[in-house]
Amino acid sequence: MAEQTTQQAEQGAERTPQWAMAIDLDRCTGCEACVVACASENNVPTAGEDQAAMGRTKHWIRIDRYYEGEFPDIKVKYRPVMCQQCDEAPCEPVCPVNATYQNAEGLNVQIYNRCIGTRYCANNCPYTVRFFNWFAPEWAAPLNLQLNPDVSIRPAGVMEKCTFCAHKIKRAKLDADAEGRELADGDAQPACVQSCPAEAMVFGDMSDADSKVAKQLGSGRSGQLLESLGTKPRVFYLEKAD
Amino acid sequence: MDAIPTTALTPDSGHASVRADLLGRMRGASGPYLAGVAVCGMIVAWALFAWGYQIVNGFGSTGVRRPVYWGFYIVNFVFWIGISHAGTLISAILRLTGAEWRKPVTRAAEAITVFCLMIGGLFPLIHISRPWFFYWMLPYPNERLLWPNFRSPLFWDLTAILTYLSGSVIYLYLPLIPDLAELANHSKGAKRRIYRALSLGWTGSDRQWQALERSMKLMAVVILAIAVSVHSVVAYDFSMSVMPTWHNTIFAPYFVVGAIFSGIAALVLVMAALRKMMGLERYLREVHFVNLSKLLLLMSLIWGYFTFSEHLTTWYGNLPSEIRVFQIREHGLFGMLFWTMVACNFVIPFVLLGISKLRSIPTIAVSSAAVLVGMWLERFLIVVPTLSTPPLAAAWGSYAPSWIELSITAGTFAAMVLLYLLFVKAFPIIAIWEYDDGVRAR
Repeated sequence: MAEQTTQQAEQGAERTPQWAMAIDLDRCTGCEACVVACASENNVPTAGEDQAAMGRTKHWIRIDRYYEGEFPDIKVKYRPVMCQQCDEAPCEPVCPVNATYQNAEGLNVQIYNRCIGTRYCANNCPYTVRFFNWFAPEWAAPLNLQLNPDVSIRPAGVMEKCTFCAHKIKRAKLDADAEGRELADGDAQPACVQSCPAEAMVFGDMSDADSKVAKQLGSGRSGQLLESLGTKPRVFYLEKAD
Repeated sequence: MDAIPTTALTPDSGHASVRADLLGRMRGASGPYLAGVAVCGMIVAWALFAWGYQIVNGFGSTGVRRPVYWGFYIVNFVFWIGISHAGTLISAILRLTGAEWRKPVTRAAEAITVFCLMIGGLFPLIHISRPWFFYWMLPYPNERLLWPNFRSPLFWDLTAILTYLSGSVIYLYLPLIPDLAELANHSKGAKRRIYRALSLGWTGSDRQWQALERSMKLMAVVILAIAVSVHSVVAYDFSMSVMPTWHNTIFAPYFVVGAIFSGIAALVLVMAALRKMMGLERYLREVHFVNLSKLLLLMSLIWGYFTFSEHLTTWYGNLPSEIRVFQIREHGLFGMLFWTMVACNFVIPFVLLGISKLRSIPTIAVSSAAVLVGMWLERFLIVVPTLSTPPLAAAWGSYAPSWIELSITAGTFAAMVLLYLLFVKAFPIIAIWEYDDGVRAR
């Protein structure tokens, strides 16, 4: 990483972006479009009826529901939860083979090939957003015809989770390079952000003060999930202070 | 079957008669013995089939699921590594303190350590979903300069267990050497050559005895330190995490105490079985059981104290994430298991061993069996309730083992019995040379 930074300094190249996401809970309607978009973008396999009943579904992003008040005066609040891309991620130090680590852009990356399946990372994730491949993945027809060629299929026995659509970030960088320009705010957009009809989610480089996400973070409404654990997530939730 | 001398033997009777008696017991095999080997062998074979099925069909064939990513395998792992502390404690402490009564007990104890480590050490392999890559956890040289993660408690675990296994194999082997030479003298053909080679040229000279005594003392000290560190590291697998009730400072000493506790219980049960089945009443006398039962009672009290402290602080502290685990652990199905554990680990030993009138070999054996059940439940209640209630309520779940985990668990108990059955026919289960007056005089 140090070497990379020096190289970039020599070339006077662009800064290393620091990816972050802001989710406006006051806008989220709980429609789950993000859940569907994520599954089809990232080749997340379906589990089947029996496995789903056991609790073996895979949803890299899920909508948690919080209820306030007593029936019938009940208010539901929705919270999309995916890998929080923590700066102090509890999942990383416990892996005996270094199959998961934080890269220079702040993404917690999972190296599928390196994973031997101790499942320690999943146990130590307070958000329970890591998913295990219990069997080799299968897609019932016609879902097998819509697999995304940009995303690798994970074999049986390895851990997987939200990548912040790392392949789309890479594509955006390649496109920007090809056009001989710098990566602009909004070039890289994860599938969940793109698909949100309420525009509740914003993704971008939080180290760039002009980016949409940086402005959202400075709005005074932002907080983190299970902040007291000190995991320093890169996903921020915006909420009207009560 | 060769005739076994029937003259009354005590540890004080002549070395020659002890030798003839113990060597005689290694010859031949009775019908029940062969039946035992066959039954255990079949259960072990079935467990191996289950493991193969799991590897071929995917880890999903177990009952593990989100969010309980660890199940029976980790419970069994901690349980077997715990029992392995029998050998170290009894043998090393008693050897170092020069307790004379330990003589007929040490080898049985040391063998438990080695076999339990062999079985317990298999569980990480069974537990990982891609066991064919297990060597990635080892710091071996490779062209991509990839290292294991030295920060991971699982890596510490691997290091600790491999150290403990090699240490305890040496510790079992050293006091076997004089007996191996003796066995060579009393065997013929290939057997003689094998025992001769294993005895490493032992002639029984003064220099050799001195070297052996020195190395046994040294290993006793080394192995004690390793044993304490091993179970602390096993505890760190849990306490280094951020999960409610796992992240806990009490776990390392609590696990060491629990390990020694279950180790003594296992030793008592093995001794009771050996005594009954091999007719070793002359060697394994009531005094041995009573002395061990006092140790067992002491460990039961310490265990009760630790358990009380752990639960009291969780309850009084009343942290939202921890109190949830506390509540499910003390009520419902987990609650039934919890109170069974308290009965097995504390109430039964406290009554049966605490009241001296009730203390006899059968009640000591019953308490030991109860402690083994209780200590298995303790590990289960540490692993599963915490995992089934992670901090975010949306992810709560449950766990039930599949036939694979049940078969493999049964298989490990059968493997323990099988290894022991084979061991008593290959090596004298009681150290013959320890009864040699000449040696004792040294």
